[in-house]
Amino acid sequence: MSDSILSPNVERTAGGNAQAASTTTRWLVNQRRLAPLLFLAPGALMFIIYVIAPIAQSIWVSFYEWDGIGAKTFIGLANYVELLDDEAFYVSLKNNVIWLVMYMLAVPAGLLMAIFLNQTITGIRIYKSLFFFPFVISQIVVGLIFSWFYAPNFGLFTQLLSFLGFGDVAVLADETYVTYGIIIAGLWPQIAYCMILYLTGLNNVSPDQIEAARLDGAKGWKMLWYVIIPQLRPATFIAVVVTVIGALRSFDLVSIMTDGGPWGSSRVLSFYMYEQALSEYGFRMGYGASIAVVLFAIMMVFISIFIVRMLKDEREGY
Amino acid sequence: MFPTPVEKIAAPWRWGYKLAVPIVLILWLLPLLGVMMTSIRPASDLAQGNYFGVPSTIALGNYLEVFANTPMGTYIWNSFKVTIPTVIGAVALSCLTGFALAVYKFKSNLLVFFMFVAGNFVPFQILMVPVRDLTLNMGLYDTSMGLVLFHIAFQTGFCTLFMRNFIKALPFELIEAARVEGVSELKIFWFIVLPLMRPAIAALSVLIFTFIWNDYFWATVLVQGSHALPVTAGIFSLNGQWVAQWQLVSAGSIVAAMPPVIMFFLMQKHFIAGLTLGATKG
Repeated sequence: MSDSILSPNVERTAGGNAQAASTTTRWLVNQRRLAPLLFLAPGALMFIIYVIAPIAQSIWVSFYEWDGIGAKTFIGLANYVELLDDEAFYVSLKNNVIWLVMYMLAVPAGLLMAIFLNQTITGIRIYKSLFFFPFVISQIVVGLIFSWFYAPNFGLFTQLLSFLGFGDVAVLADETYVTYGIIIAGLWPQIAYCMILYLTGLNNVSPDQIEAARLDGAKGWKMLWYVIIPQLRPATFIAVVVTVIGALRSFDLVSIMTDGGPWGSSRVLSFYMYEQALSEYGFRMGYGASIAVVLFAIMMVFISIFIVRMLKDEREGY
Repeated sequence: MFPTPVEKIAAPWRWGYKLAVPIVLILWLLPLLGVMMTSIRPASDLAQGNYFGVPSTIALGNYLEVFANTPMGTYIWNSFKVTIPTVIGAVALSCLTGFALAVYKFKSNLLVFFMFVAGNFVPFQILMVPVRDLTLNMGLYDTSMGLVLFHIAFQTGFCTLFMRNFIKALPFELIEAARVEGVSELKIFWFIVLPLMRPAIAALSVLIFTFIWNDYFWATVLVQGSHALPVTAGIFSLNGQWVAQWQLVSAGSIVAAMPPVIMFFLMQKHFIAGLTLGATKG
Protein backbone atom coordinates (compact mmCIF):
# COMPACT_ATOMS: atom_id res chain seq x y z
CA MET A 1 0.00 0.00 0.00
CA SER A 2 2.66 2.52 0.95
CA ASP A 3 6.21 2.80 2.20
CA SER A 4 5.18 3.61 5.72
CA ILE A 5 4.64 -0.10 6.09
CA LEU A 6 8.37 -0.50 6.63
CA SER A 7 8.51 -0.91 10.36
CA PRO A 8 11.77 -0.16 12.17
CA ASN A 9 12.39 -3.75 13.21
CA VAL A 10 12.70 -4.82 9.55
CA GLU A 11 15.77 -2.70 9.16
CA ARG A 12 17.13 -4.00 12.40
CA THR A 13 17.10 -7.59 11.12
CA ALA A 14 18.81 -6.54 7.92
CA GLY A 15 21.67 -5.00 9.86
CA GLY A 16 23.40 -8.27 10.74
CA ASN A 17 24.01 -10.84 8.03
CA ALA A 18 24.78 -8.94 4.85
CA GLN A 19 23.89 -10.87 1.65
CA ALA A 20 21.50 -13.56 2.93
CA ALA A 21 19.61 -11.12 5.09
CA SER A 22 18.92 -8.68 2.26
CA THR A 23 17.06 -11.27 0.14
CA THR A 24 15.01 -12.39 3.14
CA THR A 25 14.33 -8.81 4.01
CA ARG A 26 13.06 -8.01 0.52
CA TRP A 27 10.73 -10.97 0.72
CA LEU A 28 9.66 -10.02 4.23
CA VAL A 29 9.00 -6.43 3.21
CA ASN A 30 6.96 -7.41 0.19
CA GLN A 31 5.07 -9.93 2.20
CA ARG A 32 4.42 -7.38 4.88
CA ARG A 33 3.21 -4.92 2.28
CA LEU A 34 0.81 -7.41 0.76
CA ALA A 35 -0.37 -9.11 3.92
CA PRO A 36 -2.69 -6.39 5.24
CA LEU A 37 -4.34 -6.13 1.83
CA LEU A 38 -4.99 -9.86 1.71
CA PHE A 39 -6.21 -10.02 5.28
CA LEU A 40 -8.54 -7.08 4.71
CA ALA A 41 -9.90 -8.04 1.32
CA PRO A 42 -12.74 -10.48 2.14
CA GLY A 43 -14.22 -8.50 5.02
CA ALA A 44 -13.79 -5.09 3.43
CA LEU A 45 -15.25 -6.28 0.13
CA MET A 46 -18.38 -7.64 1.81
CA PHE A 47 -18.71 -4.46 3.82
CA ILE A 48 -18.36 -2.24 0.77
CA ILE A 49 -20.90 -4.22 -1.26
CA TYR A 50 -23.52 -4.44 1.48
CA VAL A 51 -23.02 -1.27 3.50
CA ILE A 52 -20.93 1.45 1.87
CA ALA A 53 -22.18 1.18 -1.72
CA PRO A 54 -25.88 1.00 -0.71
CA ILE A 55 -25.57 4.35 1.08
CA ALA A 56 -24.53 5.98 -2.20
CA GLN A 57 -27.19 4.03 -4.11
CA SER A 58 -29.91 5.16 -1.71
CA ILE A 59 -28.94 8.79 -2.15
CA TRP A 60 -29.05 8.27 -5.92
CA VAL A 61 -32.46 6.53 -5.79
CA SER A 62 -33.87 9.42 -3.75
CA PHE A 63 -33.73 11.57 -6.93
CA TYR A 64 -35.92 9.14 -8.82
CA GLU A 65 -39.52 8.02 -8.88
CA TRP A 66 -39.40 4.23 -8.68
CA ASP A 67 -41.85 1.46 -7.76
CA GLY A 68 -39.09 -1.10 -7.26
CA ILE A 69 -39.80 -3.08 -10.45
CA GLY A 70 -40.31 -0.83 -13.47
CA ALA A 71 -38.12 1.89 -14.91
CA LYS A 72 -36.79 4.71 -12.76
CA THR A 73 -37.79 8.26 -13.69
CA PHE A 74 -35.44 11.05 -12.74
CA ILE A 75 -37.35 13.74 -10.87
CA GLY A 76 -34.55 15.74 -9.31
CA LEU A 77 -35.40 17.11 -5.90
CA ALA A 78 -39.13 16.45 -6.22
CA ASN A 79 -39.11 13.82 -3.44
CA TYR A 80 -37.50 16.25 -1.03
CA VAL A 81 -39.90 19.03 -2.04
CA GLU A 82 -42.77 16.66 -1.34
CA LEU A 83 -41.32 15.90 2.10
CA LEU A 84 -41.51 19.58 3.00
CA ASP A 85 -45.28 19.51 2.73
CA ASP A 86 -45.82 16.05 4.17
CA GLU A 87 -47.65 16.18 7.50
CA ALA A 88 -46.71 12.55 8.31
CA PHE A 89 -43.03 13.36 7.80
CA TYR A 90 -43.18 16.11 10.41
CA VAL A 91 -45.01 13.85 12.86
CA SER A 92 -42.28 11.22 12.43
CA LEU A 93 -39.53 13.80 12.79
CA LYS A 94 -41.10 15.19 15.95
CA ASN A 95 -41.41 11.70 17.39
CA ASN A 96 -37.76 11.02 16.61
CA VAL A 97 -36.82 14.09 18.64
CA ILE A 98 -39.01 12.88 21.53
CA TRP A 99 -37.36 9.45 21.31
CA LEU A 100 -33.90 10.98 21.35
CA VAL A 101 -34.60 13.17 24.39
CA MET A 102 -36.54 10.60 26.44
CA TYR A 103 -34.18 7.76 25.57
CA MET A 104 -31.27 9.67 27.09
CA LEU A 105 -32.90 9.03 30.47
CA ALA A 106 -31.48 5.52 30.16
CA VAL A 107 -27.99 6.87 30.90
CA PRO A 108 -28.62 8.39 34.38
CA ALA A 109 -31.14 5.64 35.20
CA GLY A 110 -28.57 3.00 34.32
CA LEU A 111 -25.98 4.75 36.48
CA LEU A 112 -28.40 4.82 39.43
CA MET A 113 -29.13 1.13 39.08
CA ALA A 114 -25.45 0.30 38.81
CA ILE A 115 -24.74 2.24 42.01
CA PHE A 116 -27.61 0.45 43.69
CA LEU A 117 -26.24 -2.95 42.69
CA ASN A 118 -22.51 -2.34 43.18
CA GLN A 119 -22.31 -4.35 46.39
CA THR A 120 -20.99 -7.74 47.37
CA ILE A 121 -23.90 -9.36 49.23
CA THR A 122 -24.53 -13.06 48.64
CA GLY A 123 -26.19 -13.79 45.32
CA ILE A 124 -25.44 -10.37 43.87
CA ARG A 125 -24.13 -11.92 40.65
CA ILE A 126 -27.47 -13.60 40.02
CA TYR A 127 -29.27 -10.37 40.85
CA LYS A 128 -27.12 -8.44 38.41
CA SER A 129 -27.78 -10.86 35.57
CA LEU A 130 -31.52 -10.88 36.29
CA PHE A 131 -31.58 -7.08 36.23
CA PHE A 132 -29.78 -7.26 32.89
CA PHE A 133 -32.31 -9.73 31.51
CA PRO A 134 -34.48 -7.32 29.48
CA PHE A 135 -31.54 -6.52 27.20
CA VAL A 136 -31.13 -10.13 26.09
CA ILE A 137 -34.74 -10.43 24.92
CA SER A 138 -35.71 -9.44 21.38
CA GLN A 139 -37.38 -6.05 21.01
CA ILE A 140 -40.30 -7.84 19.39
CA VAL A 141 -40.86 -9.80 22.59
CA VAL A 142 -40.33 -6.66 24.71
CA GLY A 143 -43.00 -5.01 22.56
CA LEU A 144 -45.44 -7.87 23.11
CA ILE A 145 -44.75 -7.86 26.85
CA PHE A 146 -45.49 -4.15 27.06
CA SER A 147 -48.56 -4.42 24.81
CA TRP A 148 -49.89 -6.83 27.41
CA PHE A 149 -48.76 -4.50 30.20
CA TYR A 150 -50.67 -1.58 28.64
CA ALA A 151 -53.67 -3.61 27.42
CA PRO A 152 -56.94 -1.73 27.98
CA ASN A 153 -59.17 -2.98 30.82
CA PHE A 154 -56.96 -5.73 32.22
CA GLY A 155 -53.35 -4.66 31.57
CA LEU A 156 -51.24 -4.36 34.70
CA PHE A 157 -50.43 -0.73 33.97
CA THR A 158 -54.04 0.14 33.17
CA GLN A 159 -55.19 -1.51 36.38
CA LEU A 160 -52.61 0.44 38.33
CA LEU A 161 -53.79 3.71 36.79
CA SER A 162 -57.45 3.05 37.55
CA PHE A 163 -56.48 1.96 41.07
CA LEU A 164 -54.79 5.33 41.53
CA GLY A 165 -57.94 6.99 40.23
CA PHE A 166 -56.84 8.01 36.74
CA GLY A 167 -59.62 6.11 35.02
CA ASP A 168 -59.18 3.72 32.12
CA VAL A 169 -56.43 4.97 29.82
CA ALA A 170 -55.63 2.94 26.71
CA VAL A 171 -52.04 4.14 26.32
CA LEU A 172 -51.38 2.62 22.91
CA ALA A 173 -54.66 3.87 21.42
CA ASP A 174 -54.20 7.43 22.59
CA GLU A 175 -52.47 9.88 20.26
CA THR A 176 -51.10 11.91 23.16
CA TYR A 177 -49.50 9.08 25.12
CA VAL A 178 -48.70 6.44 22.54
CA THR A 179 -45.12 7.53 21.70
CA TYR A 180 -44.24 7.88 25.38
CA GLY A 181 -45.70 4.44 26.06
CA ILE A 182 -43.50 2.89 23.37
CA ILE A 183 -40.41 4.77 24.54
CA ILE A 184 -40.90 3.44 28.07
CA ALA A 185 -40.92 -0.08 26.64
CA GLY A 186 -37.68 0.79 24.83
CA LEU A 187 -36.11 2.24 27.97
CA TRP A 188 -36.52 -1.04 29.78
CA PRO A 189 -33.75 -2.91 27.91
CA GLN A 190 -31.74 0.27 27.32
CA ILE A 191 -31.47 1.04 31.05
CA ALA A 192 -30.28 -2.52 31.59
CA TYR A 193 -27.59 -1.99 28.94
CA CYS A 194 -26.37 1.27 30.49
CA MET A 195 -26.44 -0.38 33.91
CA ILE A 196 -24.05 -3.11 32.82
CA LEU A 197 -21.69 -0.56 31.24
CA TYR A 198 -21.61 1.42 34.47
CA LEU A 199 -21.21 -1.68 36.65
CA THR A 200 -18.05 -2.50 34.70
CA GLY A 201 -16.98 1.12 34.97
CA LEU A 202 -17.54 1.24 38.73
CA ASN A 203 -15.52 -1.92 39.07
CA ASN A 204 -12.53 -0.12 37.62
CA VAL A 205 -12.75 3.14 39.57
CA SER A 206 -9.47 3.56 41.39
CA PRO A 207 -9.90 2.65 45.10
CA ASP A 208 -6.98 4.91 46.06
CA GLN A 209 -8.75 7.98 44.76
CA ILE A 210 -11.92 7.07 46.63
CA GLU A 211 -9.96 6.59 49.84
CA ALA A 212 -8.12 9.86 49.35
CA ALA A 213 -11.39 11.67 48.72
CA ARG A 214 -12.92 10.08 51.82
CA LEU A 215 -10.03 11.35 53.90
CA ASP A 216 -10.73 14.80 52.50
CA GLY A 217 -14.28 14.45 53.79
CA ALA A 218 -16.04 13.85 50.44
CA LYS A 219 -19.05 11.57 50.56
CA GLY A 220 -22.42 10.91 48.96
CA TRP A 221 -23.34 13.22 46.08
CA LYS A 222 -20.12 15.18 46.27
CA MET A 223 -18.07 12.02 45.98
CA LEU A 224 -20.23 10.83 43.10
CA TRP A 225 -20.07 14.10 41.20
CA TYR A 226 -16.44 15.08 41.68
CA VAL A 227 -14.67 11.74 42.03
CA ILE A 228 -16.71 8.90 40.56
CA ILE A 229 -18.42 10.38 37.48
CA PRO A 230 -15.21 11.84 36.00
CA GLN A 231 -13.64 8.39 36.24
CA LEU A 232 -16.66 6.84 34.55
CA ARG A 233 -16.17 8.90 31.38
CA PRO A 234 -15.38 5.99 29.06
CA ALA A 235 -18.51 4.16 30.23
CA THR A 236 -20.59 7.31 29.82
CA PHE A 237 -19.27 7.82 26.30
CA ILE A 238 -20.28 4.33 25.19
CA ALA A 239 -23.63 4.60 26.99
CA VAL A 240 -24.42 7.85 25.15
CA VAL A 241 -23.34 6.43 21.80
CA VAL A 242 -25.45 3.29 22.03
CA THR A 243 -28.43 5.23 23.39
CA VAL A 244 -28.39 7.84 20.63
CA ILE A 245 -28.03 5.18 17.95
CA GLY A 246 -30.73 3.07 19.61
CA ALA A 247 -33.15 5.99 19.76
CA LEU A 248 -32.71 6.85 16.08
CA ARG A 249 -32.89 3.21 15.04
CA SER A 250 -36.17 2.55 16.85
CA PHE A 251 -38.34 0.52 14.54
CA ASP A 252 -39.21 -2.87 16.02
CA LEU A 253 -41.21 -1.56 18.97
CA VAL A 254 -43.25 0.84 16.85
CA SER A 255 -43.92 -1.90 14.35
CA ILE A 256 -45.13 -4.51 16.84
CA MET A 257 -46.86 -2.31 19.41
CA THR A 258 -48.88 0.08 17.25
CA ASP A 259 -47.89 -0.36 13.60
CA GLY A 260 -47.40 3.41 13.58
CA GLY A 261 -50.92 4.10 14.82
CA PRO A 262 -53.29 5.35 16.01
CA TRP A 263 -53.63 7.30 12.74
CA GLY A 264 -49.90 7.41 12.20
CA SER A 265 -49.28 9.31 15.44
CA SER A 266 -46.51 7.00 16.70
CA ARG A 267 -44.52 6.79 13.45
CA VAL A 268 -40.82 7.55 13.50
CA LEU A 269 -38.69 8.24 10.41
CA SER A 270 -37.36 4.69 10.18
CA PHE A 271 -40.89 3.31 10.29
CA TYR A 272 -42.35 5.87 7.90
CA MET A 273 -39.59 5.12 5.41
CA TYR A 274 -40.42 1.41 5.53
CA GLU A 275 -44.10 2.15 5.15
CA GLN A 276 -43.55 4.28 2.07
CA ALA A 277 -41.09 1.94 0.40
CA LEU A 278 -42.36 -1.52 1.19
CA SER A 279 -45.77 -1.82 2.72
CA GLU A 280 -49.29 -2.31 1.45
CA TYR A 281 -49.54 1.45 0.97
CA GLY A 282 -47.38 1.07 -2.11
CA PHE A 283 -43.84 0.74 -3.24
CA ARG A 284 -42.50 4.27 -3.35
CA MET A 285 -38.80 3.44 -3.26
CA GLY A 286 -37.61 6.90 -4.31
CA TYR A 287 -39.71 8.70 -1.74
CA GLY A 288 -38.74 6.17 0.93
CA ALA A 289 -35.08 6.65 0.05
CA SER A 290 -35.40 10.41 0.52
CA ILE A 291 -36.78 9.84 4.04
CA ALA A 292 -33.87 7.49 4.72
CA VAL A 293 -31.43 10.13 3.49
CA VAL A 294 -32.86 12.64 5.97
CA LEU A 295 -32.53 10.12 8.79
CA PHE A 296 -29.02 9.29 7.63
CA ALA A 297 -28.09 12.99 7.66
CA ILE A 298 -29.35 13.35 11.23
CA MET A 299 -27.43 10.27 12.27
CA MET A 300 -24.25 11.45 10.49
CA VAL A 301 -24.14 14.48 12.78
CA PHE A 302 -23.89 12.18 15.78
CA ILE A 303 -21.65 9.63 14.07
CA SER A 304 -19.18 12.40 13.16
CA ILE A 305 -19.06 13.60 16.77
CA PHE A 306 -18.36 10.05 17.96
CA ILE A 307 -15.71 9.44 15.33
CA VAL A 308 -13.89 12.70 16.09
CA ARG A 309 -13.85 11.78 19.76
CA MET A 310 -12.61 8.24 19.04
CA LEU A 311 -9.97 9.59 16.67
CA LYS A 312 -8.70 11.89 19.40
CA ASP A 313 -8.40 8.98 21.82
CA GLU A 314 -6.68 6.95 19.12
CA ARG A 315 -4.08 9.68 18.50
CA GLU A 316 -3.41 10.08 22.22
CA GLY A 317 -3.05 6.33 22.54
CA TYR A 318 0.09 6.28 20.42
CA MET B 1 -15.39 0.84 46.18
CA PHE B 2 -18.29 3.16 45.59
CA PRO B 3 -20.85 3.31 47.16
CA THR B 4 -19.67 2.32 50.63
CA PRO B 5 -19.99 -1.48 50.96
CA VAL B 6 -23.07 -2.43 53.00
CA GLU B 7 -20.87 -4.57 55.24
CA LYS B 8 -19.46 -1.35 56.64
CA ILE B 9 -22.72 0.36 57.54
CA ALA B 10 -25.11 -0.05 60.47
CA ALA B 11 -26.95 -3.39 60.67
CA PRO B 12 -30.53 -2.09 60.12
CA TRP B 13 -29.46 -0.36 56.89
CA ARG B 14 -27.65 -3.48 55.80
CA TRP B 15 -30.73 -5.62 56.30
CA GLY B 16 -32.84 -2.98 54.65
CA TYR B 17 -30.60 -3.15 51.60
CA LYS B 18 -30.68 -6.93 51.42
CA LEU B 19 -34.46 -6.78 51.52
CA ALA B 20 -34.70 -3.98 48.98
CA VAL B 21 -32.73 -5.73 46.23
CA PRO B 22 -35.20 -8.59 45.59
CA ILE B 23 -38.17 -6.21 45.87
CA VAL B 24 -36.72 -3.84 43.30
CA LEU B 25 -35.89 -6.82 41.10
CA ILE B 26 -39.49 -8.06 41.16
CA LEU B 27 -40.78 -4.59 40.29
CA TRP B 28 -38.20 -4.31 37.50
CA LEU B 29 -39.21 -7.64 35.97
CA LEU B 30 -42.93 -7.22 36.65
CA PRO B 31 -43.98 -7.02 32.98
CA LEU B 32 -41.97 -10.15 32.22
CA LEU B 33 -43.28 -12.05 35.24
CA GLY B 34 -46.82 -11.13 34.24
CA VAL B 35 -46.29 -12.56 30.76
CA MET B 36 -44.73 -15.73 32.20
CA MET B 37 -47.78 -16.22 34.41
CA THR B 38 -50.11 -15.59 31.49
CA SER B 39 -48.32 -18.17 29.39
CA ILE B 40 -49.32 -20.96 31.80
CA ARG B 41 -52.86 -19.72 32.37
CA PRO B 42 -55.71 -21.71 30.77
CA ALA B 43 -57.85 -19.73 28.30
CA SER B 44 -60.85 -20.17 30.63
CA ASP B 45 -59.13 -18.11 33.34
CA LEU B 46 -58.71 -15.21 30.97
CA ALA B 47 -62.33 -15.50 29.84
CA GLN B 48 -63.47 -15.26 33.46
CA GLY B 49 -61.31 -12.23 34.13
CA ASN B 50 -58.75 -14.05 36.26
CA TYR B 51 -55.78 -12.12 34.89
CA PHE B 52 -53.57 -11.83 37.94
CA GLY B 53 -54.78 -14.39 40.47
CA VAL B 54 -53.38 -17.89 40.86
CA PRO B 55 -54.01 -19.84 37.63
CA SER B 56 -56.79 -22.41 38.16
CA THR B 57 -54.54 -25.02 36.54
CA ILE B 58 -51.07 -24.85 35.10
CA ALA B 59 -51.82 -24.99 31.42
CA LEU B 60 -48.60 -26.09 29.76
CA GLY B 61 -50.95 -26.94 26.92
CA ASN B 62 -50.53 -23.36 25.73
CA TYR B 63 -47.00 -24.21 24.73
CA LEU B 64 -48.09 -27.40 23.00
CA GLU B 65 -50.75 -25.48 21.16
CA VAL B 66 -48.20 -22.94 19.95
CA PHE B 67 -46.05 -25.69 18.46
CA ALA B 68 -48.91 -27.84 17.15
CA ASN B 69 -51.03 -25.20 15.44
CA THR B 70 -48.44 -22.79 14.10
CA PRO B 71 -45.16 -23.05 12.19
CA MET B 72 -43.30 -22.07 15.39
CA GLY B 73 -40.95 -25.05 15.07
CA THR B 74 -40.03 -24.00 11.54
CA TYR B 75 -39.52 -20.39 12.61
CA ILE B 76 -37.10 -21.43 15.36
CA TRP B 77 -35.22 -23.66 12.95
CA ASN B 78 -35.05 -20.80 10.43
CA SER B 79 -33.59 -18.53 13.10
CA PHE B 80 -30.84 -21.05 13.74
CA LYS B 81 -30.23 -21.37 10.00
CA VAL B 82 -29.59 -17.63 9.82
CA THR B 83 -27.88 -17.08 13.17
CA ILE B 84 -25.23 -19.80 13.23
CA PRO B 85 -23.71 -19.24 9.76
CA THR B 86 -23.71 -15.49 10.45
CA VAL B 87 -21.80 -15.93 13.69
CA ILE B 88 -19.20 -18.12 11.99
CA GLY B 89 -18.87 -15.86 8.96
CA ALA B 90 -18.70 -12.54 10.77
CA VAL B 91 -16.26 -13.77 13.41
CA ALA B 92 -14.00 -15.38 10.80
CA LEU B 93 -13.90 -12.30 8.55
CA SER B 94 -13.28 -9.95 11.45
CA CYS B 95 -10.40 -12.04 12.79
CA LEU B 96 -8.70 -11.28 9.47
CA THR B 97 -9.66 -7.60 9.23
CA GLY B 98 -8.97 -7.00 12.91
CA PHE B 99 -5.52 -8.55 12.55
CA ALA B 100 -4.75 -6.47 9.47
CA LEU B 101 -5.76 -3.21 11.14
CA ALA B 102 -4.11 -3.91 14.49
CA VAL B 103 -0.76 -5.25 13.34
CA TYR B 104 0.18 -3.38 10.16
CA LYS B 105 0.91 0.29 9.76
CA PHE B 106 -0.16 1.66 6.41
CA LYS B 107 -1.43 5.05 5.35
CA SER B 108 -5.11 4.24 5.00
CA ASN B 109 -5.24 2.14 8.17
CA LEU B 110 -7.28 4.55 10.29
CA LEU B 111 -9.44 5.46 7.32
CA VAL B 112 -10.41 1.83 6.72
CA PHE B 113 -10.92 1.31 10.44
CA PHE B 114 -13.28 4.25 10.75
CA MET B 115 -15.13 3.15 7.63
CA PHE B 116 -16.03 -0.03 9.52
CA VAL B 117 -16.90 1.91 12.67
CA ALA B 118 -19.06 4.51 10.94
CA GLY B 119 -20.82 1.97 8.72
CA ASN B 120 -21.76 0.06 11.81
CA PHE B 121 -23.77 3.06 13.09
CA VAL B 122 -25.79 3.99 9.99
CA PRO B 123 -29.58 3.63 10.02
CA PHE B 124 -30.75 0.39 8.40
CA GLN B 125 -33.21 2.27 6.21
CA ILE B 126 -30.46 3.92 4.15
CA LEU B 127 -29.38 0.39 3.15
CA MET B 128 -32.82 -1.10 2.75
CA VAL B 129 -33.74 -0.40 -0.89
CA PRO B 130 -30.34 -1.27 -2.45
CA VAL B 131 -29.78 -4.35 -0.26
CA ARG B 132 -33.24 -5.69 -1.06
CA ASP B 133 -32.59 -5.05 -4.73
CA LEU B 134 -29.19 -6.75 -4.61
CA THR B 135 -30.66 -9.77 -2.83
CA LEU B 136 -33.46 -10.00 -5.42
CA ASN B 137 -30.95 -9.82 -8.28
CA MET B 138 -28.83 -12.59 -6.78
CA GLY B 139 -31.94 -14.74 -6.57
CA LEU B 140 -31.61 -14.92 -2.79
CA TYR B 141 -34.73 -13.00 -1.83
CA ASP B 142 -36.92 -15.00 0.55
CA THR B 143 -34.09 -17.39 1.48
CA SER B 144 -32.02 -17.78 4.64
CA MET B 145 -28.87 -17.33 2.57
CA GLY B 146 -29.86 -13.82 1.53
CA LEU B 147 -30.22 -12.84 5.17
CA VAL B 148 -26.98 -14.56 6.16
CA LEU B 149 -24.90 -12.72 3.55
CA PHE B 150 -26.21 -9.32 4.59
CA HIS B 151 -25.81 -10.01 8.31
CA ILE B 152 -22.23 -11.25 7.87
CA ALA B 153 -21.33 -8.11 5.93
CA PHE B 154 -22.98 -5.72 8.34
CA GLN B 155 -21.76 -7.38 11.54
CA THR B 156 -18.21 -7.36 10.19
CA GLY B 157 -18.23 -3.64 11.02
CA PHE B 158 -18.80 -4.08 14.73
CA CYS B 159 -16.70 -7.23 14.92
CA THR B 160 -13.74 -5.53 13.25
CA LEU B 161 -13.85 -2.71 15.79
CA PHE B 162 -13.89 -5.28 18.54
CA MET B 163 -11.17 -7.57 17.19
CA ARG B 164 -8.84 -4.77 16.18
CA ASN B 165 -8.95 -3.25 19.68
CA PHE B 166 -8.48 -6.65 21.23
CA ILE B 167 -5.43 -7.54 19.12
CA LYS B 168 -3.96 -4.08 19.69
CA ALA B 169 -3.93 -4.79 23.41
CA LEU B 170 -1.91 -8.00 22.94
CA PRO B 171 1.88 -7.82 23.54
CA PHE B 172 3.36 -6.77 20.20
CA GLU B 173 6.77 -8.18 21.14
CA LEU B 174 5.42 -11.66 20.38
CA ILE B 175 4.88 -10.71 16.74
CA GLU B 176 8.20 -8.88 16.50
CA ALA B 177 10.07 -11.83 17.92
CA ALA B 178 8.44 -14.17 15.40
CA ARG B 179 9.32 -11.81 12.55
CA VAL B 180 12.95 -11.75 13.61
CA GLU B 181 12.86 -15.54 13.44
CA GLY B 182 11.58 -15.24 9.88
CA VAL B 183 8.11 -16.64 10.52
CA SER B 184 5.70 -15.76 7.70
CA GLU B 185 2.86 -13.34 8.32
CA LEU B 186 0.24 -16.01 7.74
CA LYS B 187 1.88 -18.29 10.28
CA ILE B 188 2.13 -15.44 12.76
CA PHE B 189 -1.61 -14.94 12.39
CA TRP B 190 -2.49 -18.60 12.60
CA PHE B 191 -0.09 -19.87 15.26
CA ILE B 192 0.57 -16.85 17.44
CA VAL B 193 -2.31 -14.39 17.30
CA LEU B 194 -5.33 -16.61 16.67
CA PRO B 195 -4.83 -18.79 19.77
CA LEU B 196 -4.67 -15.64 21.90
CA MET B 197 -7.93 -14.41 20.41
CA ARG B 198 -10.05 -17.17 21.91
CA PRO B 199 -11.70 -15.00 24.59
CA ALA B 200 -12.55 -12.37 21.97
CA ILE B 201 -13.97 -14.99 19.63
CA ALA B 202 -16.13 -16.40 22.44
CA ALA B 203 -17.38 -12.95 23.46
CA LEU B 204 -18.20 -11.92 19.91
CA SER B 205 -19.93 -15.21 19.15
CA VAL B 206 -22.45 -14.86 21.97
CA LEU B 207 -23.03 -11.20 21.20
CA ILE B 208 -23.59 -11.73 17.49
CA PHE B 209 -25.79 -14.74 18.21
CA THR B 210 -28.06 -12.54 20.31
CA PHE B 211 -28.06 -9.62 17.88
CA ILE B 212 -28.93 -11.77 14.89
CA TRP B 213 -31.46 -13.92 16.71
CA ASN B 214 -33.28 -10.78 17.79
CA ASP B 215 -33.15 -9.07 14.38
CA TYR B 216 -36.56 -8.25 13.09
CA PHE B 217 -36.14 -5.49 10.53
CA TRP B 218 -34.05 -7.40 7.98
CA ALA B 219 -36.13 -10.50 8.44
CA THR B 220 -39.19 -8.59 7.24
CA VAL B 221 -37.32 -6.83 4.42
CA LEU B 222 -35.55 -9.85 2.92
CA VAL B 223 -37.93 -12.72 3.69
CA GLN B 224 -41.62 -13.25 3.05
CA GLY B 225 -42.70 -16.87 3.29
CA SER B 226 -42.86 -18.91 6.49
CA HIS B 227 -40.38 -21.42 4.98
CA ALA B 228 -37.56 -18.95 5.73
CA LEU B 229 -39.10 -16.55 8.26
CA PRO B 230 -37.06 -16.27 11.48
CA VAL B 231 -38.85 -16.41 14.80
CA THR B 232 -39.02 -12.65 15.47
CA ALA B 233 -40.85 -11.97 12.22
CA GLY B 234 -42.80 -15.19 12.70
CA ILE B 235 -44.14 -14.15 16.07
CA PHE B 236 -45.13 -10.81 14.57
CA SER B 237 -47.35 -12.50 12.04
CA LEU B 238 -48.73 -14.94 14.64
CA ASN B 239 -49.58 -11.97 16.85
CA GLY B 240 -51.98 -10.89 14.11
CA GLN B 241 -53.72 -14.27 14.15
CA TRP B 242 -53.92 -14.59 17.92
CA VAL B 243 -56.03 -11.51 18.49
CA ALA B 244 -56.49 -11.17 22.25
CA GLN B 245 -55.46 -14.77 22.93
CA TRP B 246 -52.90 -13.56 25.36
CA GLN B 247 -52.04 -16.97 26.75
CA LEU B 248 -50.78 -17.98 23.27
CA VAL B 249 -49.05 -14.66 22.58
CA SER B 250 -47.25 -15.02 25.91
CA ALA B 251 -46.23 -18.63 25.41
CA GLY B 252 -45.00 -17.82 21.89
CA SER B 253 -43.00 -14.83 23.13
CA ILE B 254 -41.30 -16.90 25.79
CA VAL B 255 -40.37 -19.61 23.30
CA ALA B 256 -38.95 -17.00 20.91
CA ALA B 257 -36.89 -15.38 23.67
CA MET B 258 -35.48 -18.63 25.02
CA PRO B 259 -32.38 -19.38 22.89
CA PRO B 260 -30.57 -16.09 23.49
CA VAL B 261 -31.55 -16.21 27.15
CA ILE B 262 -30.03 -19.69 27.53
CA MET B 263 -26.97 -18.52 25.61
CA PHE B 264 -26.65 -15.53 27.92
CA PHE B 265 -26.80 -17.58 31.10
CA LEU B 266 -24.35 -20.18 29.80
CA MET B 267 -21.81 -17.68 28.51
CA GLN B 268 -22.50 -14.76 30.82
CA LYS B 269 -18.89 -13.85 31.45
CA HIS B 270 -18.10 -13.64 27.73
CA PHE B 271 -21.30 -11.80 26.95
CA ILE B 272 -20.63 -9.04 29.46
CA ALA B 273 -16.96 -8.86 28.50
CA GLY B 274 -18.00 -8.32 24.90
CA LEU B 275 -20.63 -5.74 25.66
CA THR B 276 -18.52 -3.64 27.96
CA LEU B 277 -15.36 -3.60 25.87
CA GLY B 278 -14.13 -0.04 25.95
CA ALA B 279 -16.19 0.93 28.99
CA THR B 280 -13.14 0.87 31.20
CA LYS B 281 -10.30 2.37 29.27
CA GLY B 282 -10.24 5.53 27.27
